[in-house]
Amino acid sequence: MLELKNIKKHYHPGTVNEVRLFEDFNLAIPDHQFVSVVGSNGSGKTSMLNLICGSIAADGGQILVNGEDISRKKDFERQRAIGRVFQDPSKGTCPSMTILENMSIADHKGKGYGLGKGKNKNKSGQYQELLRSLNLGLEDKLEVKAGSLSGGQRQALALLMATMAPIEFLILDEHTAALDPKTAETVMELTGKIVEQKQVTTIMVTHNLRYAVEYGDRLLMMHQGAAVLDCAGEEKAKLKVEGILQIFNEISIECGN
Amino acid sequence: MLVLSVLEQGLIYGVMALGVYITYKILDFPDLTVDGSFPMGAAIGAMMVSGGMHPLLTLPASFAAGAAAGTLTGIIHVKLKVRDLLSGIIMMTALYTINLRITGKANVPLYNKETIFENKAVGALFTGALAPFGTLAVILLAALAVKYLLDWYLSTRSGYLLQAVGDNDTFVTSMGVDKGMVKIIGLAVANGLVALGGCLFAQQQRFFDISMGTGTVVIGLASVIIGTSLLKKASFLRVTSSVVAGSVLYKACVALALRYMKVVNLQSKDLKLVTSLLFLFVLIVAQDRKKVKANA
Repeated sequence: MLELKNIKKHYHPGTVNEVRLFEDFNLAIPDHQFVSVVGSNGSGKTSMLNLICGSIAADGGQILVNGEDISRKKDFERQRAIGRVFQDPSKGTCPSMTILENMSIADHKGKGYGLGKGKNKNKSGQYQELLRSLNLGLEDKLEVKAGSLSGGQRQALALLMATMAPIEFLILDEHTAALDPKTAETVMELTGKIVEQKQVTTIMVTHNLRYAVEYGDRLLMMHQGAAVLDCAGEEKAKLKVEGILQIFNEISIECGN
Repeated sequence: MLVLSVLEQGLIYGVMALGVYITYKILDFPDLTVDGSFPMGAAIGAMMVSGGMHPLLTLPASFAAGAAAGTLTGIIHVKLKVRDLLSGIIMMTALYTINLRITGKANVPLYNKETIFENKAVGALFTGALAPFGTLAVILLAALAVKYLLDWYLSTRSGYLLQAVGDNDTFVTSMGVDKGMVKIIGLAVANGLVALGGCLFAQQQRFFDISMGTGTVVIGLASVIIGTSLLKKASFLRVTSSVVAGSVLYKACVALALRYMKVVNLQSKDLKLVTSLLFLFVLIVAQDRKKVKANA
């Protein structure tokens, strides 16, 4: 269970640019739930993810994981239990290292990085199997540097690596936004498969309303630091793209754009 | 004799260049601490040797001292959030005094002392016609040992993280590791190697001088750039070997320049000018042609 309680976050406080994003934001996500989050720019989607991951600090409130307050923990400590995929495909891998080296690092997450051998040759078979499931022909490229892969290949690899070690939460930050429609589709299908297989609690921010409707068992629409639409289960299953698009438009018109 | 001294000095500076390789190429950290940690290793080596201690002990001692200096640079940068360049400058300047404190004076001659290069064991092994090669043999052994140790370290999990942090530090955070800690470890290992190079250099030169560190970073960078750019085509060489080879090449260029430029009245006191001009030349030659075109 992940809970955000009474979260307060202001950007540039005390200046003309002050943005009061979150005043009293609350959200609870039970284990194994797959939450899709949509909303316009500046609605607080990415801020919410950054608050959970510890990339930014909240001005007030609590973040609880299974009842324990983690808001004082450092970003890297929190991320031991979190797998994160960014919008920018280059953030999820090390470009000058090979696929095998990248996967070895990801595999050791949470097990410590001492003076043991960096890569385990015996595992390359297992890594190849994982890569084969991507259907991108990466299984024969273990010794190729991650930096020479295409954006889609890198993002698929990043997603695979983010979920290699046992994690409690998977955080997807517009992870298909920088990809072409076909590759985005592939990565999204892969996401659905991995989440179902690992049964990991997932928060996916997306601008693609269709993905938000098709994937996940809860949909959250954010606007000005609040959830204006929050539905799960049957109610979510009945949602149509047209329906949320209408709500989305209403919000936008209210703002005058 | 010229070839011998080029090889000797090139390999010694090669050890130092391996340290600069870690900061400059792997960590992407322009570390000026080396101008202080190189003479620090030299100072510690000189004091231990002149105090009659076993010369082999100077190696771990100088490495440890350099590692401590690197750790401090890291802490200044990571914990106190001072910019990378400035952290190095602060430590470099502070180390000047520390080095003077270690030796007590600006000059320490090491004549008639047992050094790692001139002692009973080396003297017994290299006799007669082989005698002039004793020093080179020890240096080669030391340089190779350092190179292979570094190769080994870079192939460990900790070494992988070091490469990752220079490549993409967000990724290191995602792996649940403190990226600042990884940087501090990298700076420690790097400056340890630089100090080790300084320790070898003082014993080979048979003296310590407080100003011997000036320009170390330029020599180190030139070696690394020669090694990683110009020798890139020699793909049979590992990067670490290329860096050591780059250092030997660079020393050879400096020696040749000094030797054949007497025509224009260049003397040994012009060494630093030649060093920096050669570095500029290396930078220009090593530039990526396509990139330059795009910028123009």
